[in-house]
Amino acid sequence: MKKTSVIILSGVVILFLVSWLVKGASLSGEENPYLQGFLTTFAAFLTLAVFSFLYRDNPFYKFAEHLFVGASAAYWMTLGFWQTLVKKLIPKLSDGLANFFEVPTEEHSYWYFLPVILGLLLLMRLSKKGGWLSRWPLAFIVGYTAGINFVGYLRSDFVKQVSSTFVPLLIDWQGVGHFFSNFSLAIDGQFVMMLANVVIFVGVLCGLVYFFFSKEHTGLFGTASRVGIWILMITFGASFGYTVMGRISLLVGRLTFLFKDWLGLIS
Amino acid sequence: MRRQLPFVLVFLSGFFMIFQYFVPHQKSEFVYEFLLDWLTIIGGFAMALGIWSLIRVSYDRIKRQRENWGYSVITLTGLFLMMFFGITNWEDGSFGVYIYTAEGLSNSMFVHFFDFILIPIQATMFSLLAFFIASAAYRAFRARSVIASLLLLAALIVMMRFNPIFGAWIETVANWLMNVPNLAAQRAIVIGLGLGMVATALKIILGIERGYMGQG
Repeated sequence: MKKTSVIILSGVVILFLVSWLVKGASLSGEENPYLQGFLTTFAAFLTLAVFSFLYRDNPFYKFAEHLFVGASAAYWMTLGFWQTLVKKLIPKLSDGLANFFEVPTEEHSYWYFLPVILGLLLLMRLSKKGGWLSRWPLAFIVGYTAGINFVGYLRSDFVKQVSSTFVPLLIDWQGVGHFFSNFSLAIDGQFVMMLANVVIFVGVLCGLVYFFFSKEHTGLFGTASRVGIWILMITFGASFGYTVMGRISLLVGRLTFLFKDWLGLIS
Repeated sequence: MRRQLPFVLVFLSGFFMIFQYFVPHQKSEFVYEFLLDWLTIIGGFAMALGIWSLIRVSYDRIKRQRENWGYSVITLTGLFLMMFFGITNWEDGSFGVYIYTAEGLSNSMFVHFFDFILIPIQATMFSLLAFFIASAAYRAFRARSVIASLLLLAALIVMMRFNPIFGAWIETVANWLMNVPNLAAQRAIVIGLGLGMVATALKIILGIERGYMGQG
């Protein structure tokens, strides 16, 4: 290990210990103050370790990254075991097992042995000789998901979207009133609402034209495609702005944690 | 047998799921719920397979002392510590190992690991994107053409909406932008995506697409 690395590591360890003790002492009125102090300091250390990636990839970032992989895998496995296998499977198989795992008993269904067998076959992937058996549960999962997706996407992403696009453009609209008698430029007025319908209809059509690559984008088709790009650019800009604000709100959350919960600089 | 039977199984399960949608009978809905449970249960076994793979890969790196093997020790430490906290509890003063009841889920250390390790790392990683996205924006948002200007303008309006100093009008404009042109383009994308998903699902069910089954 280089001399510089040793100095940096020692500095971080000393700072961590000082922070732990100071934080623990500041929480003296609470239950387990030094445990709370340790956890808050450790969370602050991990936050700063991840932020250090802004400089470049470094051992502190790698430490946080690898700890996250291990701990989150165990977290989801523990949760999955209790809430999926024990809660959904055990009560269906036997009362004895349900009592053993202290979960409420349910009406038995021996059909539930089949997913157990398929699950065990999935584990055969670990075996060199019987690895091919793991294709059976995989086939069930893939076929099931494909069937569900076929109907689900056809209904929600195609039929419903198309039917929502084909709305009246210049007539009475959802009880707001007649277009010419109730003309209003207000945001909730008849004109703006109808304009919205027209923009949505034209926007969807032009957007689809842009994604249609089987015909050359020239002439009227090309114009529609260009309008499609404009609409898509507005969407990408809006989505970008929305994402930025979401990330900034997370950043504010982390900074609040550092300055308020850890350092206590903000009351 | 090794290769053909799985494709028959894919066809049968896929076809059944399409068929049951068009038969809104109590029994068909029961079978649908039933198979949904099956999928969740098989998913539980898949998770165990994933954990085993993680342990094996990390152990292998440590054993052979490959580059950066020390980080695999941290991965395994995090994994086993979290598992340990998930099956133990000492809240009532006496230490207990609970491999058959969900007591471990209420172990304060299990909850603390989630609150003070997983949440800070995850939230900070996502917030890091704010910096990278800002530098990407600097390169992408130069108003050199009409479409780049539209992108810039839409992003600025949506971002300004969150700032109270710009008044209520910006909120109105941003809402219109999100609910009208944004909706139109999203709908065009979703329609394309939907058709693509339907075509892929059909190819899988009919056995035209077979890549997911791997070689051998």
